[in-house]
Amino acid sequence: MSNKTTLPLLDPALIRPAMQQALYKLSPRAQLRNPVMFVVWIGSALTTFLAVQTSTGQGDAPAGFVWAIAVWLWFTVLFANFAEAMAEGRGRAQAEALRGLRRTTWAKILNEPRHGAQWQLRESSDLRSGDVVVVSAGETIPGDGEVIEGVASVDESAITGESAPVIREAGGDFCSVTGGTRVLSDWLVIRVTANPGDAFLDRMIAMVEGAKRGKTPNEIALTILLVAMTLIFLFACVSLLPFSLYSVASAGQGTPISVTALVALLVCLIPTTIAGLLSAIGVAGMSRMMQANVIATSGRAVEAAGDVDVLLLDKTGTITLGNRQASAFLPAPGVSEKALADAAQLASLADETPEGRSIVVLAKDKFNLRGRDLHDAHFVPFTAQTRMSGVDIDGQDAQQHGKRHIRKGAAESVRVWVEEQGGAFPAPVQHSVEEVAKRGGTPLVVADGREVLGVIELKDIVKGGIRERFAELRKMGIKTVMITGDNKLTAAAIAAEAGVDDYLAEARPEDKLKLIRDYQAEGRLVAMTGDGTNDAPALAQADVAVAMNSGTQAAKEAGNMVDLDSNPTKLIEIVETGKQMLMTRGSLTTFSVANDVAKYFAILPAVFVGTYPQLARLDIMHLSSPSSAILSAVIFNALIIIALIPLALRGVRYRPLGAAILLRRNLLIYGLGGVLLPFPCIKLIDLFLSSMGVA
Amino acid sequence: MNHSSVLQVGLYLLILFLLAWPLGRYLADLFEGRVAERCPRLAAVAGRFYRLCGVNAGQDMSWWRYALALLAFNAIGVLVVYALQRLQVWLPLNPAGMAAVEPGSAFNTAISFVTNTNWQGYSGEAAMSHLTQMLGLAVQNFFSAATGLAVAIALVRGFARRSVAGIGNAWVDLTRATVGVLLPLSTVIAVFLVAQGVVQNFAGPTEVSLLQPVEYSQPKLDADGQPLKDAAGQVVTETVTAKTQSLSMGPVASQEAIKMLGTNGGGFFNANSAHPFENPTPLSNLVQILAIFLIPAALCFTLGHMVGDIRQGLAILGAMTLIFLVMVAIAIWAEGQANPLLTALGMDGSGGNLEGKEARFGSVQSALFAVITTAASCGAVNAMHDSFMPLGGLVPMWLIQLGEVVFGGVGAGLYGMLVFAIEAVFLAGLMIGRTPEYLGKKIESYEMKMVSVVILATPLLILGGTAISVLASAGVSSMANPGAHGFSEVLYAFSSAANNNGSAFAGLSANTPFYNLMLGPAMWFGRFTVIVPVLAIAGRLAAKPRLAVTAGTLPTHGPLFIVLLIGTVVLVGALTYLPALALGPIVEHLNLFL
Repeated sequence: MSNKTTLPLLDPALIRPAMQQALYKLSPRAQLRNPVMFVVWIGSALTTFLAVQTSTGQGDAPAGFVWAIAVWLWFTVLFANFAEAMAEGRGRAQAEALRGLRRTTWAKILNEPRHGAQWQLRESSDLRSGDVVVVSAGETIPGDGEVIEGVASVDESAITGESAPVIREAGGDFCSVTGGTRVLSDWLVIRVTANPGDAFLDRMIAMVEGAKRGKTPNEIALTILLVAMTLIFLFACVSLLPFSLYSVASAGQGTPISVTALVALLVCLIPTTIAGLLSAIGVAGMSRMMQANVIATSGRAVEAAGDVDVLLLDKTGTITLGNRQASAFLPAPGVSEKALADAAQLASLADETPEGRSIVVLAKDKFNLRGRDLHDAHFVPFTAQTRMSGVDIDGQDAQQHGKRHIRKGAAESVRVWVEEQGGAFPAPVQHSVEEVAKRGGTPLVVADGREVLGVIELKDIVKGGIRERFAELRKMGIKTVMITGDNKLTAAAIAAEAGVDDYLAEARPEDKLKLIRDYQAEGRLVAMTGDGTNDAPALAQADVAVAMNSGTQAAKEAGNMVDLDSNPTKLIEIVETGKQMLMTRGSLTTFSVANDVAKYFAILPAVFVGTYPQLARLDIMHLSSPSSAILSAVIFNALIIIALIPLALRGVRYRPLGAAILLRRNLLIYGLGGVLLPFPCIKLIDLFLSSMGVA
Repeated sequence: MNHSSVLQVGLYLLILFLLAWPLGRYLADLFEGRVAERCPRLAAVAGRFYRLCGVNAGQDMSWWRYALALLAFNAIGVLVVYALQRLQVWLPLNPAGMAAVEPGSAFNTAISFVTNTNWQGYSGEAAMSHLTQMLGLAVQNFFSAATGLAVAIALVRGFARRSVAGIGNAWVDLTRATVGVLLPLSTVIAVFLVAQGVVQNFAGPTEVSLLQPVEYSQPKLDADGQPLKDAAGQVVTETVTAKTQSLSMGPVASQEAIKMLGTNGGGFFNANSAHPFENPTPLSNLVQILAIFLIPAALCFTLGHMVGDIRQGLAILGAMTLIFLVMVAIAIWAEGQANPLLTALGMDGSGGNLEGKEARFGSVQSALFAVITTAASCGAVNAMHDSFMPLGGLVPMWLIQLGEVVFGGVGAGLYGMLVFAIEAVFLAGLMIGRTPEYLGKKIESYEMKMVSVVILATPLLILGGTAISVLASAGVSSMANPGAHGFSEVLYAFSSAANNNGSAFAGLSANTPFYNLMLGPAMWFGRFTVIVPVLAIAGRLAAKPRLAVTAGTLPTHGPLFIVLLIGTVVLVGALTYLPALALGPIVEHLNLFL
């Protein structure tokens, strides 16, 4: 789809406002939302106080050292604020861009609710519930609504997968129309009943701006773990003061650890990296969804997407192209293929459905039969009752073509029609019908009067590349299930061709709901897409439910995401985005904790070497001085937040490799890497500081 | 480690696993009621017993009722043990005429035995009557182990069950643990120990003639009992020849068996398993260290059976075994070294560091015993940990600080390790792009809250208690060795108490009002601020549906998970205690060798 919005990772236009936001977020009330960073905030305030105290001449430690620590602790808080502000800024920019780009179709709004009244053009996104619009043949219906005047055939294949057009008319069961569908003939006056996607969009914008973004369940659980770690390190650091006092007293040398050094050690040890980036990761996840033109109504849904292990996919539109195409003519005994093609083409001349057109095209391609102008022929449209369409040629045209009553339709309907006129349905034709169904095609039988001419084979075209996607999903541990209204034979053939794991044939909405419940009872998480009102119960039951934006309002309300592109294949991207968000969280937490090892090696010898000179042996980085060692660790701790902002915004790359391989990779990169990386970095910062003569 | 020590450790583990495998299966059968089904006659007796006690055996308890039952049961245990110690002077079976135990010590000892810690501020042969040992201490050895076993089984049920409210019946579980496992096994072990020469009688102290009279000098006393001084003010000494010795007796074997099997560790005598009447031979030593790990190792198999995937249990066992092997290697290496301070005095250090060790066990069996007793929360000792080399002493102390999860206490080891597994899975699960789950159960914020309480409780008690003690004069004055080693002694004491181990760096005189009052609550809260949240986790997990395993599920049975679990345990333990250890054993080590 064309209206994807892409933004550079660090857009210069966003950096300045983000820096401003970072300062605003220094207020303690904003900090309280993030307990770990709040501890850093308190530490910064405390060291600032101690720094001011040094001017009185009786400080906790040398003035320059205390000031340097205080400043860098404030930077740590600011960097975390900046990360969050950056993510929010990006999300907001995307939301604005989306709002501008989305749906540039036009609606003809009527001044009075009747056909023929004055109308004016307005953007469909400006439509509100209650507006009355007129839609003529060839136009797209701008929003969900109810027909109040007129009768028309409507192509709803994008939504229902049913390729034959349906009749929509005022009053009765067939009065509701769906946005995104197309009027094929005549006109309709429609009263709009739903405000298009805006409600979702507004919610989305509020969420990416952070104002209303509630924490997701997993974020809450992770925050609990981070708080627990913070408390453990708090115990370890606070108890270090009495330990140090005792050690100094019993060793008779050195000075007890300073409060500044303790605060520095604490801030280095607590998981500031992940805590500072946590909300940025969440916001970035939502905004990645948005980049894919998917609006999630809650962060919880995005998170659940990562857990999905069964995907229910509608056959039509997802696995196969929306429309079936004629692929072969199978004549009855004694009928030439050309005669069958000729009759089929005549019957389809007025058939505007994609299938109808494909029959005309196939006849032309195979036998060079051109579309002909018929003058007073009577076209019989498809209805749900007869399940046939065709043409009656009686008058003027009969001189040219002969008197003909051609019908094409489902085998059963044509059989009834032929037998009513005293004809017979030949066994070889019945055989062809079954063969076609077995191959996964749809047979249409053509008859002329009481004579059955043969079968047109309509084939579902499986989308290119879909097989590979399903193979990827299988590697991710996700089972794909195809849902179709087709009979079992057809379903099995297409399932095999597309490479899905399972299928549900002859599915009614209640079967879908039952299937979801069964999977859930087995302990699986189910994702599905849906659009029709009759999908709503299944959407409500599924763990991740993506409603097509072209779908009915009921479907959108039942789902927890809306795909603005109405592209059911999107489900796969959604799952990947969910996984990516969780992976980024886990990887950065591991990295954050693994970093502590190096920080201990920097700070512990530095603070105790005065009391126990032997502990200098633990200073494996050979840092230039105790104060430089502590300062280097603090600076590293602050800078790593900035360094990881791009990763937090972009997300750890997800590859469908299977759980064990993925874990091994990430453990190596973020676990082992997290242990090793700080050693050279702290050493470099220390070298820089000592060469500048700072510490 | 040389060939002989590799062989000793290897043989030990081989026998252990061969015994633990069938026991694990039996425990699963026992606690899932299959044993009762197979033996209707036994079930009928048990049924009469439950009716007599007014227990509705068929009723599952919610987690908080289960927790309440255990708390009440253990609180009553504390009162009984306290009362027995205070009243023993008026009670029978007191041949040595022991006086009532002083209140502070009685309080500390009561909590100590009820919480499976068996921290001993007193000396058994100088303070406790036979009745107190049997009815108070030995009974709690059974009940505290049964409590741990019940909690572990309840947690495993939380994983195994799906969408139910209950986690089992506490009274039934306690009964099954005591009667079905602990009593029969300890009877067998006790009989074996008697055969090895462990005493089992009701006699008082017995005078025996020495084979070789011993001469020693002692100050001469005047009529008032004051040392006599000569004109120069020097104390006058006299040489005495001792021809007899007073030996303490008692029902030792029966208590010794459950002391090891229940990972209790409280010795009948002060010298614990270094005493020849508790642990006379290398064979008795082997049986004792086997008994320590037997139930904790078997419970890993039980976990596998109960959740229907034996590999899950093997992974936990694998992680425990690997940590154990590394620690044993370090300890045996450290104790095989000669102490440079002693070699400097011209002593032969070829036998390793033998200070504080029994010659009949040597440095390898002593180090092995020390690692086993601290890996499991047993706390029995056959050598003095205080006299180990700095790193040899660091290993037991750190094993305790890891939370007693390397095999660990009866039940406590498994539930502690499962808490770590939940934590490990939480991060690992995220790293593969799924919200975390373990053994088919989603790990959500409630579980993480309870996990946090568990991992916070002991560091708070250990670091807080040590901090107060090194600042208080009452705390410092008990140290036998000031400086870094004194610090290690105090740190070890609180680590041991809060993690319910019970062993000690004996240099600390802990039978003072200060330490009795500090360590008592540390033991109680170290035990129950873990048990209650663990039961809460069990309750919440049992109520959840069990998720299907797919290719996208984090495998929790392979080598990768074992590495992950070890990494989590070691990293949490290292990050929490590294500063404190740096000021104790690490400084001592650097002092000694650099």
